[in-house]
Amino acid sequence: MIALLIRDLRLSVRAGGGFGLGLAFFLIVTVLVPFGVGPEAEILGRIAPGILWVGALLACLLSLDRIFQLDFEDGSLDLLATAPLPMEGAVVMKAVAHWLVTGLPLTLAAPVFGGLMSMPAGGAWWMFVTLLIGTPALSMIGAFGAALTVGLKRGGLLLSLLVLPLYVPTLIFGAEAAARGIGGFDASTPLLMVAGITAGSIALLPFAAAAALRINLR
Amino acid sequence: MPDLGKYAGAILTSWAATILLVALVIAVSWWQSARVKKKLEAAEARRKGA
Amino acid sequence: MDNVRTKQARDGWNWLWAWANPVKFMALSGKALPWVIGLTILTLAVGLIWGFFFTPEAVNFGSSVKIIYVHVPSAMMAINIWVMMLVASLIWLIRRHHVSALAAKAAALVGVVMTIIALLTGAIWGEPMWGTYWAWDPRLTSFLVLFLFYLGYMALWAAIEDPDTAADLTSVLAIVGSVFALLSRYAVNFWNQGLHQGASLSLDKEENVSDVYWQPLVICLTGFVLLFIALLLVRTRTEVRKRRIHALEMRERMSDA
Repeated sequence: MIALLIRDLRLSVRAGGGFGLGLAFFLIVTVLVPFGVGPEAEILGRIAPGILWVGALLACLLSLDRIFQLDFEDGSLDLLATAPLPMEGAVVMKAVAHWLVTGLPLTLAAPVFGGLMSMPAGGAWWMFVTLLIGTPALSMIGAFGAALTVGLKRGGLLLSLLVLPLYVPTLIFGAEAAARGIGGFDASTPLLMVAGITAGSIALLPFAAAAALRINLR
Repeated sequence: MPDLGKYAGAILTSWAATILLVALVIAVSWWQSARVKKKLEAAEARRKGA
Repeated sequence: MDNVRTKQARDGWNWLWAWANPVKFMALSGKALPWVIGLTILTLAVGLIWGFFFTPEAVNFGSSVKIIYVHVPSAMMAINIWVMMLVASLIWLIRRHHVSALAAKAAALVGVVMTIIALLTGAIWGEPMWGTYWAWDPRLTSFLVLFLFYLGYMALWAAIEDPDTAADLTSVLAIVGSVFALLSRYAVNFWNQGLHQGASLSLDKEENVSDVYWQPLVICLTGFVLLFIALLLVRTRTEVRKRRIHALEMRERMSDA
């Protein structure tokens, strides 16, 4: 399992694409919003947590189709299916690898980008915490979507259509927790809900994703 | 026709929209059904002929 | 002993599982369809005409209360059809009855249209009542999310060529989607009652609807259910026939080769 994780990490770093691309996309979204909304610090500061969350979510979406696609094409997914490691374990490792190269950099970058959005002091900490708790769920849900669409030639757009509605609860609770935390309110309820979604996704979705992969490999 | 008062526009548009959309699904389902039925008959005939 | 009991239990449900056999389904649904269509037309005509012409004005809503007869049934069906698709998907995954998977596929379009009707009539009703076509009220928002789920489900069906793979994958999506749709419902509820106070618009009129409005509404609800069943039968029959054509064409290609 660890070997698989290391292999995936090495591949994604070497292939370039995914790693920096998501982060660059996230930066561009954060820069574009003030152009659209205007430079008033007050407005930007108020919408900052939401924008950062939506930006992170979209950046996450960008690299989802790479989770299984390459392995599916060169046949190593078939090898994984016959390997002693259960498919569910492979799915979790793939999701973890995706999170390490996408979710984690986004989480680390969000507090910095928050400065661009004139977020009030203390906001950086809240962005970091909510994204740290929420992005694993995004990777896991995304892995499920990627497993559904892996056999399709042009699955990218369909993947977004499938995955975005599934992201709704995570986004709502995550952004709400960040907004409440920054505003000085009690953020424990939404924070617990995000944590619950993440824990539930990691516990249950590997089974659904593995089932989808098996169907696609049939 | 009952007196709908100031809400006449809202009532009539929502009812019209509903009836239109429902009619649309019915039409689409009907049309698909007829098309597929014809195609199936042709396929069965081909099988018997062959 | 156990075997005997399960056999009997299964016999008790045989009338239902007979529908799962494509040939029997075609025969049974062919016989049932004219009756269902007739009943649909009857109940819808009675309910809608009663609701439109013979209901008084309500205190708060004036005559706009008449919109309830198209709004509430379509909203109810939008949710019920998704539940029906979920059940059909589960039956397909567990018992591998083709008709079940095809019924779920056939239901999706009707579900989308019902969701659109519910959103549209809600918007039209909202304008005179609340002064706006759209508010991010929890209920409206969850319907919008439901609409997105329907779209994704249908897109997945359309994208996959092999029919059995498509049935399997859409079934998995329907199950996972249901969980997340439910989560979204609570998330949305929470979201709009959280920091942003004020939007306390309630669509819940059932509680204070009096009998004058309730009776025709029940007939309309029944009519919409029947309408769905009629459409479902027609559309599932189409899907079964499509599958048959597919099989015949495969056989032709085999014999050609």
